Amino acid sequence: MNGAQILIECLKREGVEVMFGYPGGQVLPIFDALYEAPFRFILTRHEQAAAHAADGYARATGKTGVCLATSGPGATNLVTGIATAYMDSIPMVAITGQVKTFLIGNDAFQEADVTGITRPITKHNYLVKDIKELATVIREAFHIANSGRPGPVVVDIPSDIQLAQADFVWPEKVEIRGYKPTLFGHPGQIKKAAKLIAQSKKPIIYAGGGVIISGAHEELIELAEKIKAPVTMTLLGLGAFPVDHDLSLGMLGMHGTAYANFAIMESDLIIAVGARFDDRVTGRVDSFAPGAKVIHIDIDPSSISKNIEVDIPIVGDAKNVLGQLLEEITGPADTGEWLKKVQMYKTRHPLSYKHTDNKIKPQYIIEQLNDLTKGEAIITTEVGQNQMWAAQWYKYIHPRTLISSGGLGTMGFGFPAAMGAKMGCPDKTVIDIAGDGSIQMNIQELATCVCNKINVKVVILNNFYLGMVRQWQELFYKKRYSHTCITGPDFVKLAEAYGAVGIRVTEIKEVRPALEKALAIDNTVFLDFHIEPEENVFPMVPAGEAINKMIGGLA
Amino acid sequence: MKHTISVLVENKFGVLARISGLFSARGYNIDSLAVGETEDPSVSRMTIVVNAADERILEQIKKQLNKLIDVISVLDLTKKKHYDRELIMAKINFSKTLEPKISKITKRLPVKIIHRNKDSYVIEAVLDQEQAKDLMASLEEIGIKELARTGRIALEP
Repeated sequence: MNGAQILIECLKREGVEVMFGYPGGQVLPIFDALYEAPFRFILTRHEQAAAHAADGYARATGKTGVCLATSGPGATNLVTGIATAYMDSIPMVAITGQVKTFLIGNDAFQEADVTGITRPITKHNYLVKDIKELATVIREAFHIANSGRPGPVVVDIPSDIQLAQADFVWPEKVEIRGYKPTLFGHPGQIKKAAKLIAQSKKPIIYAGGGVIISGAHEELIELAEKIKAPVTMTLLGLGAFPVDHDLSLGMLGMHGTAYANFAIMESDLIIAVGARFDDRVTGRVDSFAPGAKVIHIDIDPSSISKNIEVDIPIVGDAKNVLGQLLEEITGPADTGEWLKKVQMYKTRHPLSYKHTDNKIKPQYIIEQLNDLTKGEAIITTEVGQNQMWAAQWYKYIHPRTLISSGGLGTMGFGFPAAMGAKMGCPDKTVIDIAGDGSIQMNIQELATCVCNKINVKVVILNNFYLGMVRQWQELFYKKRYSHTCITGPDFVKLAEAYGAVGIRVTEIKEVRPALEKALAIDNTVFLDFHIEPEENVFPMVPAGEAINKMIGGLA
Repeated sequence: MKHTISVLVENKFGVLARISGLFSARGYNIDSLAVGETEDPSVSRMTIVVNAADERILEQIKKQLNKLIDVISVLDLTKKKHYDRELIMAKINFSKTLEPKISKITKRLPVKIIHRNKDSYVIEAVLDQEQAKDLMASLEEIGIKELARTGRIALEP
């Protein structure tokens, strides 16, 4: 077999169902082998979209997403997608072609130092210089990508290696001496944590993306109900705990609910599970939850005590550790008074917006979307106001139903990620909640959707602004709207030009019928909602403030 | 405070770049870094001297190092019994008047003169940290033309 055929055989054995990518000179042998591949290949219209699609597939299914690009510009176009996956701990294997081994370092045509460029944005990367290593490298790449704290792995394969001949030898086991993730919590730490929980009068569970990654949502519900503690989630944690549950406080942080922020600030114990105390969550660190002790459960030791001091660190897989904790905890703590107070916050400071009869509010659109899909759809988002409204107003009740670039905050992510999610979950309704700015960053993927009959819906919250930046300019830069007023194409005509369906909505009474119509159409649909242009995302914690110092939207 | 960290890594191309990239990306300062093969040719030892402002940064450095797939083990020698040495080579000024000062140094410290020019000497010394400080201070008085240091290496007894 040649290297390219070995690669395809390895991907098959790793259970790859679909691969996203784009051809080029230094991956011709791989594309030749793909001609007979036993899995689907989706040709995107830009390599960045291939990476985001692989990412969306991985987030929707939990399986490793795979993308492929040629050397040089093909590989550098993947970079934003790889960095996006890295920041959010998404399992991905990105395969790139490289110039022939003897040309490496010669500034050859379409040469780039891909392992060098991707080193700080991958969990690990490889340059394959010997055909005999190829199968082992692919096996290791998949193992590293989807174990421990997941992340992207790049495998750079020179084109002469793709053509080199070797016997196919499949390594049955992967042994990497420097890589042994800790999966179970230390029993001593579990005991200490249980003791602290038993003493706590005002506990709060702070759940992040790690809960979803490890599949620990059921254990999380069990824990919350057993110890009678409210649960707040990070952006990537949404879906880990049903937001319609009595104990749910929804999202916390910069655009979180007021009650979540009040509650965590007042708590006496934070049980952090698979979350990393990101600056968007803590606000000003030195005034974050001053009276709280912290139990921090995370599979990545370097996430613990990085941003805030932790009292009881527990390194391990969230599902395992919560299971261990559940066995150790005897009964509910006395949290009655606390829950009453939290409930008071919920009643007094709900999420809100001013409904008007003549202007379309973005929050209203998402409420209607939630009502029509009953929380059963997969929502992807772009980045900016659309992302925060999607986080606040759609009611996530299942894990893996919100797919959003949290860490890197990548505009242009949502649409290709929706394609990937739809490929992974063909029976689910997949909706990208977008802004008119973000959607233009990967709009060429309309062709990919139509050509491959990947039926996704794109809800464009069109305010003719780069809304989140405009909001900051309004609030902190004296309304000097420097280069945030943005024009777009006629989205309806554009969708039609690609063979998709476009629907424009300018009247509030058309919102629901348009959504109903779009959901019923068996094609990709662009919904161009002309919304109130200067609507803001509230509540909001100004950068550098304590998270209970919210502005706006407090009833 | 300065810490001596001994890191065993896979002896593969690109590993040094991973380590140095980690330090620069996260804004940690490396005082010195020395790499060499160990008794197992597939393993290299890196002895890294870092200047960490507080415990938390030091903890992060160790954890981030451990997170690298090619890193096999990370050992902070600072609070453990260990021996550390550094090889220092220097080209120093020489003249008749400087000679007594130079011989004073070679008597006090294990310093060897390995080359003699008309107006300069090349010396070498394998020293621990205190001796190195001592030597550097003494050489300053004589005048250093060129200096090469390997950085610290260390072992537990």
